[in-house]
This record gives sequence, C-alpha cells and structure tokens, in this order.
Amino acid sequence: MANITKADVEYVAGLAQLTLDEATKERLVAEMGDILGYMDKLNELDTTGVEPMMHVLEMSNVFRDDVVTPSLPRETALMNAPKTDGEYFLVPRILDTE
Amino acid sequence: MSNTWYEKTAHEIRDAVRAGDVSAAEVTESCLDRIAAVDGQLKAFIDVWNDAARAQAAQVDAKIKNGEDPGPLAGVPIGLKDVLCTKQGTTTCCSQILKGYRSPFDATAVERLADAGAVFVGKLNMDEFAMGSSTENSSLQTTKNPWNLECVPGGSSGGSAAAVAGHECAITLGSDTGGSIRQPAACCGCVGLKPTYGRVSRFGLVAFASSLDQIGPFTKDVEDCALVLNAICGRDLRDSTSADLPVPDFTQALKGDVSGMKLGMPKEYFTDALGAEMREKIDTAIKVLEGQGAEIVEVSLPHTDYAVATYYIICTAEASANLARFDGVRYGYRAPGVTNVDELYRKTKTEGYGPEVRRRIMLGTYVLSSGYYDAYYLKAQKVRSLIQRDFNEAFERCDAIVTPTAPTPAFKIGEKSSDPLEMYLSDIYTISVNLAGLPGMSLPCGLTASGLPAGLQIIAKPFDEETLLRVAYTYEQNRGFELAMPAALRAQ
Amino acid sequence: MKYEAVIGMEVHVELNTLSKVFCGCSTNFHAPANTNVCPVCLGMPGVLPVISKRAVELSVAVGLALHCTISRWSKMDRKNYFYPDLAKNYQISQYDLPLCANGYLEIPIDGTTKRIGVTRAHLEEDTARNTHTIGGGDSGVDFNRCGVPLLEIVTEPDIRSADEAYAYLTNLKQILQYLDVSDCNMEEGSLRAEANISIRPVGTEAFGTKTEVKNVASFSGIYKAIEFEIARQQQVLEEGGTITQETRGWDADRGITFSQRAKESAHDYRYFPEPDLVPLVVDEAWEQQIRESLPELPQARRERFITAYQLSEFDAGVLTADKAMADFFEATVDAGAAAKPAANWVMGDLQKLLTERRVEIGDCALRAEDLASMIGLIEDGTISGKIAKDLLPEMLDTGKAPKLLVEEKGLVQISDSSELEAVAREIIEANPGPTADFRAGKEKALGFLVGQMMKATKGKANPKLANEIIRSELAKTE
Ligand SMILES: [Zn+2]
Repeated sequence: MANITKADVEYVAGLAQLTLDEATKERLVAEMGDILGYMDKLNELDTTGVEPMMHVLEMSNVFRDDVVTPSLPRETALMNAPKTDGEYFLVPRILDTE
Repeated sequence: MSNTWYEKTAHEIRDAVRAGDVSAAEVTESCLDRIAAVDGQLKAFIDVWNDAARAQAAQVDAKIKNGEDPGPLAGVPIGLKDVLCTKQGTTTCCSQILKGYRSPFDATAVERLADAGAVFVGKLNMDEFAMGSSTENSSLQTTKNPWNLECVPGGSSGGSAAAVAGHECAITLGSDTGGSIRQPAACCGCVGLKPTYGRVSRFGLVAFASSLDQIGPFTKDVEDCALVLNAICGRDLRDSTSADLPVPDFTQALKGDVSGMKLGMPKEYFTDALGAEMREKIDTAIKVLEGQGAEIVEVSLPHTDYAVATYYIICTAEASANLARFDGVRYGYRAPGVTNVDELYRKTKTEGYGPEVRRRIMLGTYVLSSGYYDAYYLKAQKVRSLIQRDFNEAFERCDAIVTPTAPTPAFKIGEKSSDPLEMYLSDIYTISVNLAGLPGMSLPCGLTASGLPAGLQIIAKPFDEETLLRVAYTYEQNRGFELAMPAALRAQ
Repeated sequence: MKYEAVIGMEVHVELNTLSKVFCGCSTNFHAPANTNVCPVCLGMPGVLPVISKRAVELSVAVGLALHCTISRWSKMDRKNYFYPDLAKNYQISQYDLPLCANGYLEIPIDGTTKRIGVTRAHLEEDTARNTHTIGGGDSGVDFNRCGVPLLEIVTEPDIRSADEAYAYLTNLKQILQYLDVSDCNMEEGSLRAEANISIRPVGTEAFGTKTEVKNVASFSGIYKAIEFEIARQQQVLEEGGTITQETRGWDADRGITFSQRAKESAHDYRYFPEPDLVPLVVDEAWEQQIRESLPELPQARRERFITAYQLSEFDAGVLTADKAMADFFEATVDAGAAAKPAANWVMGDLQKLLTERRVEIGDCALRAEDLASMIGLIEDGTISGKIAKDLLPEMLDTGKAPKLLVEEKGLVQISDSSELEAVAREIIEANPGPTADFRAGKEKALGFLVGQMMKATKGKANPKLANEIIRSELAKTE
C-alpha cells in the first residue's frame, strides 16, 4: 500500500509546514516509499484482538493539585523570543481569525 | 605536573575528593586540560563550561572545608548531552532551529546530579534532536570515535560516549529512544545504561519520542553506573510518566555473583545478521557469565523482526508532534523576512531542520494523517503490545536477557549516511527494549581485530536495574581484560 | 416549502480552577500580558504536562449534572495544527474517549420540557490570545490564557429554533453557575458558544448542509444570529441556490452573519494519544464522591421553592435563575423573613438597585440578615414600606443594619396617637376642600388627607394609625 506519490509528499509537507524543493520532493518520494514499504511488513501480523499499547507502564491518574505556583518573570518568558515588544511575542500580522 | 585525574573513574574521584586527597578544583582542571588537549580531535563537546565548572568545583571544596557532606558524586566531572535543558549555556539539541536557545530551568536529572556534588564541564554533541545512530546528523560537528578517528562514535549520544571513552570526563548523561545510549556505548567501549521507562524523570529532556525516551549514564565502569542511578532515579512530580516506586541503593547490586541466575539468549538475535566476529565476542562474554554460575537458556522473542517497523512508526509519529513547537514564535530560529504566519512556519522549519529530522517529521506526519492512522500508527501500537508480551513471556524463563548491542562495530564516517533505511535497520538489537519500556545496558566485551570495541547488551525486567548491574558487574570483574586508553589519545 | 432548522451547539467553558490544567500558572484573567506563563504553558523544549485533578473533577461534575455517562477509562490526545495561539502547535484535548458522553439537558419550552441530547463533554486546554492592535505589521501573542482548563460541551442536533437554542444556553449557564465550575462570562470569553445550523424541508430526515456560526459575544447575539442564519439559508434554497459548508461570523452592528472562511477539506488534525500523560480512570467510587458533592441544581431548586415557600412558578423561576440570588433569598428566609415579602424584595427593589449599580449580589455590602430584619421592621410596624424602600439603597451601599439606620435618621414610625392627632387637626384645618368632600361622602378624599399626613411626618406616620386617627378627627370636628 505504500505507493508514495509526489502529491502525498506535498500534502504531508503542507501539514508539517515544510517547503520542499523539487529535488527533495523526488528524494522523499523514493525514501518514504522505501521506508513505508518496509513498515508494511506489519500487515503480515494478525493483530485481531490485540489491544494497542496506550502506555508502556500500567499507570493511571497521575494528578497535580490545583495550586498556583510562581510563573516566570516576563523578561524570562520573552528572553528567547525572536521578536517581542517587551510584552507580547510578535508574529507577522494574523489576517484570518482562527 | 602530571595530573591524571581525568583517567579515573567517578568512584575513585569521589573517594579521593571526600577524603581530601585531591580537591574538586584539581580534578576539574585535569578534565578541562584533557578536553582542551583532545577535543580538537574528538569533537565530543559543543560547549565547554570552564568557568562554571570551576565555580561548581569551588563550591564542592568549600563544603568539604566547612565539614558539610559534599554528596555522593562530590567533585565528579560530568558532561551533558545537548538534549538536556540547562540554565548554564545553551540547549540546542545540535539543531540550527534552537541555535542560541537558553533554557530557564535545569532538567530534573541535571538538578539531581548537581545536588549530588557533580561538576558539569559542558554540553556534548549528538544527532540533531537525537535522530540518528552515528552523530553525523549534528548540525554542528562530527564527533570521532576515540578508538579510530575515522569511525563514528555511534549515536545519537555520540558525544557523550566519545567523551567518556576519550577520558574527557568521568561520566556523561545521554538519552536513549531506540538505543541512543547503548549503541554508542558499544561503539566507544564504555558502559551505557538505559533505565526502565519511568525510572528517570524526563522533565528537561527535549522530547524526541515521548513514549520511548529515557535519560541514562555513560560511565567507565559498572560501579559508576550504579552511582549515577542512585542520584537521578525516582519520581518527579513534573513528569506524569515517572514511576512512583522506591529507588533502591543500586551499589548493593554490585555483588559479583550470578550463580543460579538464568540468562536468556533470544534466538532471533543470534542469526546470520550478526557478524561472525561480533558473535564470537558475545559468546565469549556469555561463557564468562556461565563460568560464574549463570545458567544460559534459549528464549524466543518472536516479533523481533517487526520491531524496527514498529519503532519507526511510533517514534516518527510522536516526533512530528513534539517538534511542531519549534516555529520561531517563542524561541529559537526565525527565518528572516517573513511577511505572514504561514511563511514564518514554513521558512523557519525548512531552514532550521536538517534532512534526517525533516524526513522523520514527514514520515511521522504521514503515518498519523487521515486515512493512514489505523494502518500504521494503530497497527504499530498493537504490535508494540505483542513485543512487550514477548518479553514478559521470555522473563518467565530467565532473569535477564543477553544479546549483542549492535550487529557490527562502529562504521566509517560517511559510510552509511546515504541510505536511511539501512541506518534504521542497524538499531535492530536495541529498539525492542524501548518499545517494551525495559532497562537495558551495554558494556564493553573486547576489541575486534580492527581495534574497535564490541558491546554486550543485558536486558532486565521493568524496574529491575539491580539485575542489570549485578550481571554487568560480575562480567566486568571476571572478563579477563582491561580496556586500554585508545591509542589515538594516549599521552597528549 | 416549509423548512425546519436543525441546530447543534458547541459550548466552550473555562473551568474556574485556580491554576492552569497542565501547570501551576494562575488562571487570573486580568493579569498583564505574558505574566501568567511558565515553561510548560509556553511549550518550551523539555517540558511535560501534569493534569489538574480539580479540572477533571469539575468536568465530571458537569457531566453528571448533564446526565452523562462518565468514562471509566479515558485519555488525553494531541490535536495537531499550527497556529500562533498554540504553544506546542498541538492542543491537548480528548478525541475518541471523552470524559463525559451521552447526556441531556431539559429545557422548558412552550409550557413543556424538551430534552436536548448532550453528545459529549471533554476536557482540553485553552489557547493563547492574539492581539492585532500592536501595529508595525505584527500581531502580539499573550500566553496567559494558554492552558486554562476548557470543557467543550457538544449537543446532538436536537435544537429546532433560536428560542430553543437560547433556552439551552441559559439553562446550561444556570447549571454551570450552580455547579460553580465557571465564571460563565461571555465578554471575557470564559463561556463561548457556537451554533451549527442547517435547515431541511419539514418532514424529511436528511440533514442539510450546515454552517457554523462563531465568535458571538452574547446569548442574545446567538439568538439573533440563528434567526438570521435560518432565514438566510431558507432564502438561498428558495432561490434555487445551495448552502456552502463554512464558518460564519456575526456582525452584531449590522445584524448579519458573514462568511469567514470556507472549510478547506475537513482539517487533518492527526489526533493520537498524548504520551506525556497517563490514562484517566474515574472509578465508581470517585464518580459517586463527585455526584454526592453536586449542589442542588436549578430545576430541583425551582420545584422546591414552589412547594417549600408556596411561591408561584414564575417567582420560583426568576429567583432560581441566578444561583447567588436564590441563595440570598433563602438566606433571608432563614434569617426569619416570611417567604413572600422576601421574594418580592429580592426580585423587585433589590434586583433593580443591583442592576443600577452593576454589582452582583455577592459583591454588595447588604447581608441577608439585614434584609430579613428590615422586613421584620415593616411587619412589626416600626417602619413603613416606603421608609424601607428609602433605606435599602443605603443598606446596600454601606452594609449598615436597618435598625441602626432607622435610629440614626430618626425614622421610627410615629405610632403615638396624641402626636398624630395634632397633625391630623392641622391637616383638616389646612384642607377645607377635601375635608368637605369627605364629609359629603367622597371616601377618596380620605386618601388625599392621609397622604398629607404622611408628607407632614416625612413618611414616619404609621399609615394604619394615621388612617384611623384622621377618620376619628374628621368625625369629631364635624
Ligand atoms: Zn504555566
């Protein structure tokens, strides 16, 4: 089933927010085809009735209490920001609402 | 003055520092000198913290002077894989997308080591975002194998392995998602241990694949491994997946006795895929353990052949989400000259990631995408259950499993990097352990004819690191050889 | 052709925990931008979420109040999409195993009740806020809201009109307020509602193409938006057009919905289980514990007010619409006031004064005991109802006890006959016309004369006594 087309690569690149040049696309068509083709070997296994693993350890209900703990000083929060006005993280103007 | 403290193990340093035979400052200088002398060749470190290390050493010495307990790792020089968050310096995962990133907090494991009296000497090279088996995917530099500078150190924690093997520091921390501690430890001839999933807090470990990642140590001997585990294991309220279990004193497991223990040899691991020379090294090692009273039993892990496919589906899927956050908004690289948000994401990510990271994000996005989730991701999680079941059944017949760590010794730099699938397949012996959440360990079991280390892997039941250490220590005490200083790095 | 509307509602409600759902940052809405943020809610490298128990409990409480089945076993999932209001570029939400499912809410409509099916209620994290008033071609992102616990409540397409939608929302809000799980403040965004609207010919089963109306700031706005949208869709169909599946915004000024963006082939969110969090198990014991902690809900309270206090259905409905109001009423009765006057004062003067002052009952200085004692002072004749009406604003503003105010201001009712007799005589003398009218048999004139007495005593005369005395004085001087 792993017949990867250029359109597949472009669709996935769109979801992942990557821009690929033509050469990279061609290479990925081949590589992803190979790798996914290899992954298809899982279809040899009958997994009827097998529960998918949700968590490798049998754990549940790990909670925190509803207690406020100190936040970062704003300077620290913004310390790594590529662009900021000292209050907000700045991004190119968002045109679409949501 | 010949100060060779850099050659010592952590427990030797700790004992000497605590006894006042040497100061933490002297040990630190010794290591910093050593790094200055050999790292130009090895390229294990991406950042050396000379001043911070000296300051930390001074604190340890001050504690000793004041009669305070300087901790169980007093004055021990430790290097950290760049995947661990540190307030000191930068945390970049050796990716351009995190260039210059300064973490506002220390990883829990780092905090705990500092509390134990460790002295951090710097950050270590790795495959970008821990994606790779050779450290060739670092965006910064190529680390060399101390045993042969033309070979890779393994990966993704290649810097951590090379630094210990090259005696640049006594201990390093790495992370292991599919073998990234054990495989480079095998390649570089040091001890590497991946604890049970949940044993060590992942808080402050930049996530590659959240359900598989664990932090663990590289050390020169098994005893040092126990010391590190004592310091870093245990529940952390900041990591929901860290186990709420008591942490034993792991040094109690260093008994040098395996009599009556059953060691399983999974038949699926000892096939033709394993090179003859490697096979011989492993057989010899297993004979040593047998000689110490262990009973060797054959076990079966029937789904081994499906582990690589399962692993690469799950780890790429998780990675595709984990790495989404690197978008140039809150931190890290932002592509210049972008005029809208879409462009901001696309240019930043395209320019910021290396080819292997991009490839894995593409794969992971694909296996989760509409129409493929059931066929890949869900199927893989089912097979993962089967793989875990295999181990449960095997452990009904044995106390620990012994296998090779990698099918071949370290390969030449550049030799494999053109074929990703071939590279993925070389993880065959290590990844099942991550899929099943088990503790695993690699320790040196001799040198090949070409002078490269071979690694013996030991796998135990969940949270039974004590058995790992017990078997490993027994082997180490009885293996009948000493690993000499790699020739390339002698007498600098 | 006659059409009927098919409407489903999606309500997002911010749970009023003190701290965020996956970190310890405060949920305070009014903090300066990016001050309630930490590495976890900023999605910095290396961080992990740890889920708030309280957020889970509040979600389950809502589920139980909505008659949902609580999942014994559920989990959190990652919903992947890129947007600057998402710190991690995925939202931790719930996909196929929501905490609560298959419930309903009963709404009163046309004198009966109708069940609106609740498909699911699931817990997720709120997003950051983007601001577009930064200038310089940039938008700003404030992550204070990012990570505030959010419960998404989704109905079946059971709603058939704007009236039903409005009733659903007001009843849901009442329940949420009774449970004290949210501020439910639409202006601040702690409650956000979206409507999925389609129409179909009456008598048919198949659903029409739906539009999703978003970003409406009030219930009345949603009411109007639904009315508009139904009419718009009907017009499109009657003119032979087709409905486009899309998101539509609401322009409150112009009273119209407008196309925001055609939905490009349903989003591919790539949901998968959140590996950083372990499964949630709500066992029977825990569910029972939460069930037992549920307060009395509006419907039950309405019914109790009717039977226990002999209130009319209307009065009981008005009083219980707002939990704080109902609480205050009950506290007033508990403090000794009779139910009927307590209800009248609470629904009437008190409500009016609060509205004028734009304060909530809980935020003003008035105590229920004081309202009860004021009602008591009227009953025992110490003050008149009119004086009480004058006292109430001051009680509300200062919190002073009515007895104290009455003494301070000398407002005690004049019940001394001799004092009132003197006043009565003066009034009769000063008003020969009405006096004559009364004596000529015009009973109405008496009212005027009593009113003059009240005026002369600045309202302090006991009205009953004033009435009696002026009658007897009129008889005497004849
Ligand atoms: Zn936070």
